[in-house]
Amino acid sequence: MTRIGRWIGSHLVLALGLLVLLYMYIPNFIVALMSFNDSSGARNLYAFQSFTLDNWLNPCAPQGMCESVRVSIVIGLAATIAATILGTLAAFALVRHRFEGRSTMNLMIFLPMATPEIVLGSSLLAMFVAAGLGGQLGFWTILAAHILFCLSFVVITVRSRLSGLDSNLEKAAMDLFANESQTFWRVTFPLVFPGILGAALLSFSLSFDDFIITNLNSGQTVTFPMFVWGAAQRGVPMQVNVIGTLMFIFALAIVVGGELFARRRAKVLAAR
Amino acid sequence: MSLADQSPRNLRLTGLTKRYPNGFVAVKSLDLEIPQGSFFALLGPSGCGKTTTLRMVAGLEDPTAGQIHIGDQDITHARPYRRPVNTVFQSYALFPHLTIAENVAFGPKRRGVKDVEQQVKDTLELTELTEQAAKKPAQLSGGQQQRVALARALINRPEVLLLDEPLGALDLKLRRAMQIELKQLQDEVGITFVHVTHDQEEAMTMADTVAVMNAGVIEQMGSPYDLYTNPATTFVANFLGRSNLIKGTVVGREGTGADAVVKVDVYGTVVSIPAAKVHTQSNEGWVGVRPEKVLIQPAGTPIDAPGEHFSGAVVVSSSYLGVSTEYVLRMPWGGELMCFEQNTGRRGGLLAVGSSVDVSWNPKFAFLLDSSQDAGAGLEAD
Amino acid sequence: MGALQRVLLKHPAYFLIAPAALWLLVFFLFPFVSLLSTSLSDPSGSPITGYEMTFRFQNYADVLADYWPYMVRSLVYASIATLFCLILGYVLAYAIAFKAGRYKTILLVLVVAPFFTSFLVRTLSWKLILGDDGWVVGTLQALHFLPPDGRLLATPVAVVAGLIYNFLPFMILPLYASLEKIDPRLHEASLDLYANPIRTFFKVTWPLSLPGVVGGVLLTFIPAAGDFINASLLGNPNTQMVGNKIQQLFTTAGDYPHAAALSVILMAIIVVMVLFYVRRAGTEDLV
Repeated sequence: MTRIGRWIGSHLVLALGLLVLLYMYIPNFIVALMSFNDSSGARNLYAFQSFTLDNWLNPCAPQGMCESVRVSIVIGLAATIAATILGTLAAFALVRHRFEGRSTMNLMIFLPMATPEIVLGSSLLAMFVAAGLGGQLGFWTILAAHILFCLSFVVITVRSRLSGLDSNLEKAAMDLFANESQTFWRVTFPLVFPGILGAALLSFSLSFDDFIITNLNSGQTVTFPMFVWGAAQRGVPMQVNVIGTLMFIFALAIVVGGELFARRRAKVLAAR
Repeated sequence: MSLADQSPRNLRLTGLTKRYPNGFVAVKSLDLEIPQGSFFALLGPSGCGKTTTLRMVAGLEDPTAGQIHIGDQDITHARPYRRPVNTVFQSYALFPHLTIAENVAFGPKRRGVKDVEQQVKDTLELTELTEQAAKKPAQLSGGQQQRVALARALINRPEVLLLDEPLGALDLKLRRAMQIELKQLQDEVGITFVHVTHDQEEAMTMADTVAVMNAGVIEQMGSPYDLYTNPATTFVANFLGRSNLIKGTVVGREGTGADAVVKVDVYGTVVSIPAAKVHTQSNEGWVGVRPEKVLIQPAGTPIDAPGEHFSGAVVVSSSYLGVSTEYVLRMPWGGELMCFEQNTGRRGGLLAVGSSVDVSWNPKFAFLLDSSQDAGAGLEAD
Repeated sequence: MGALQRVLLKHPAYFLIAPAALWLLVFFLFPFVSLLSTSLSDPSGSPITGYEMTFRFQNYADVLADYWPYMVRSLVYASIATLFCLILGYVLAYAIAFKAGRYKTILLVLVVAPFFTSFLVRTLSWKLILGDDGWVVGTLQALHFLPPDGRLLATPVAVVAGLIYNFLPFMILPLYASLEKIDPRLHEASLDLYANPIRTFFKVTWPLSLPGVVGGVLLTFIPAAGDFINASLLGNPNTQMVGNKIQQLFTTAGDYPHAAALSVILMAIIVVMVLFYVRRAGTEDLV
């Protein structure tokens, strides 16, 4: 095999992989691009007409859109807090303790992730209606549903982080005069925290982005995905792309920022 | 109570037992007294119960029965953070999210000591870690991590420092260096060190007293010299260094007091064993002699030694190790004997494989062990 | 206080797990029972007045007779999408696990990042990419893969393409987790024992990555089978999946019993397929 041939061979997989990654980003580029699109007076809303900054300067122009974003954020935060707390407690129980019904609990946690959203949404709707809440679908029913599906993801994430923790560390802490409470707050919690944080971020994005389950159980309340869906029939306003791009930048900023912060801190400590 | 009245703060284990729910007994009614300020080694193969014993002293395992005292203080069921005992873990267990300085300061801070900075500085100097104070454990080498684990435990000035195979993860040279350092440290600091290891060379190098553990019990305890020259069981004879064990029958006793010897018939030749080195009551036993004490010469050449001679042995293999040569001899009765000869140069060459040799040893080096014991006990099974 | 403390310390697990367990009970198990009950109810009620449970198994028969094409279509689309996700996702997961060196974390973040933009908004952007005037269609027409007046939008191809795009991260993450655990020295051992890279892949890497493959396939196929967003936005009335139908029956038609029956059937088929697949693939290590 020629030298070049071998070089290609060993780098082929990496190149192909990067191509796949690029493919995953094409829609993001389009969304960002379309956020600068002047779509007024255009027949085809899915083609680029002309460049404008209007969408970014007047992001809340479309009626009801910013309100729907607000609703999504509020539900997202509430669901995240609840699911993270419930899920973290459950993860600790599953990893640190042996108790009857542990395997049943594991199964119950896994099942919502293995159920199609349409079935989850359907069953929640069926229950709400059967319970006589058919006329009261809205914020609280959406919130309940979101906490449900976020719960499983939180448990899985925290559980894997927790089980990777060396149990000797807690024994060492107690050997060094830390009682049970001090051991938890000074050793266990700081080490599990990145997992809990990751689970919280995951929860928020799952909640913010959810459509199928939300749609079935929302009544009159409108979340951002529901607004987009409704608008898609008539023609989405370009400000939707502004929100989409903002979300992406925000999420990237958090993750990249976190990574950079951790690296800078390590450098500072090493230099001291 | 004046200082003179207080009993020394020895570590005392009485009838200490650990039985697991599945029935397995890791430690069987251990009785042990470790004098304050000594360097004590608990030596044994993996699974013998030494680590379990250590963890019970640290408070990380609950004893099923028995007591643990330091001086008059009963700490048997005290929580780990209420004992004047600290542990250096085998895997070091350094807190990955804290710096070295914070790791070392952990213990004093939990005890509410104000102004720990100076203490931390001093301890880091003692263990030569001053440069590493602001780093995280992941940035340190294995040897440095080991010293952090040590510093973190020592800063608390425990009455007893427990070391659970602390040198296992280090390479040979580093391990040798750390063995010397630890011994010097213990001399300086004067704390009781209890060192758990499966490495018999390590135990013998470092410890004042060694206890050999096997299957939950202590087989023998004493100074490294006593254990090596006068093993009480085949396990100890094989685990510490190597031994030749030959079947023999007791035929009589001679002499009195310090000169008393026991006569044993070994395949037709009668050898004598010092009475102090006889560890069996029956009239059958294993005659034990260390390979480096076995003397050989080509058949016919006289051996300058007071013991009985065995003739008709044949060299079956010889391994040249630089410092010494290890021979394996087939004896007339079919069994094999090991002979380690220091290459002083006097022989002027090796004995060839296949050559006939005469074998002897100085009787004062022989010992007699109980024949019911397994002659293979304590041999490294890997 | 001492006695209470002792009780809490003895069974702390139950206190920790109770809130989550309760939530799952109320908002997952009960709803499922409700769904079953509703599926056996008399359709002549309404969401406001409720439905009477009459063990009406007829609902299932109705729904199967009328909507089995949707079911089949969903399973077919989901299967094709899962297959492509497996191929594409495996390449990327393999690249990150073995060829990325110190860029592993960054690449993983990049895999997950698009996930943080609204999924609907991103799917809508495919309407532009696959649009009749777009260059994708143009190129395909030029290369004669499409007839001169052919389109991609509102075809099954677009729907499946959308499914593939949306569920790719779900395939990649479990695959990566599994591949990452493989000791790279196994590759070396295989090469040392006369296996070329391709044989090494099939005989060593692939079998060891199976738990990840199972996880990824399940996490992709199951939501894909129940999806209706891609079919709605990128398809036409003839490409509707069972999710569309269930959604319509619930919202537009207000026919809860039939909708519930269809939902239960979808769930049942998925459970059967999952069990069959998991038993065949021989691994129980799902999460």
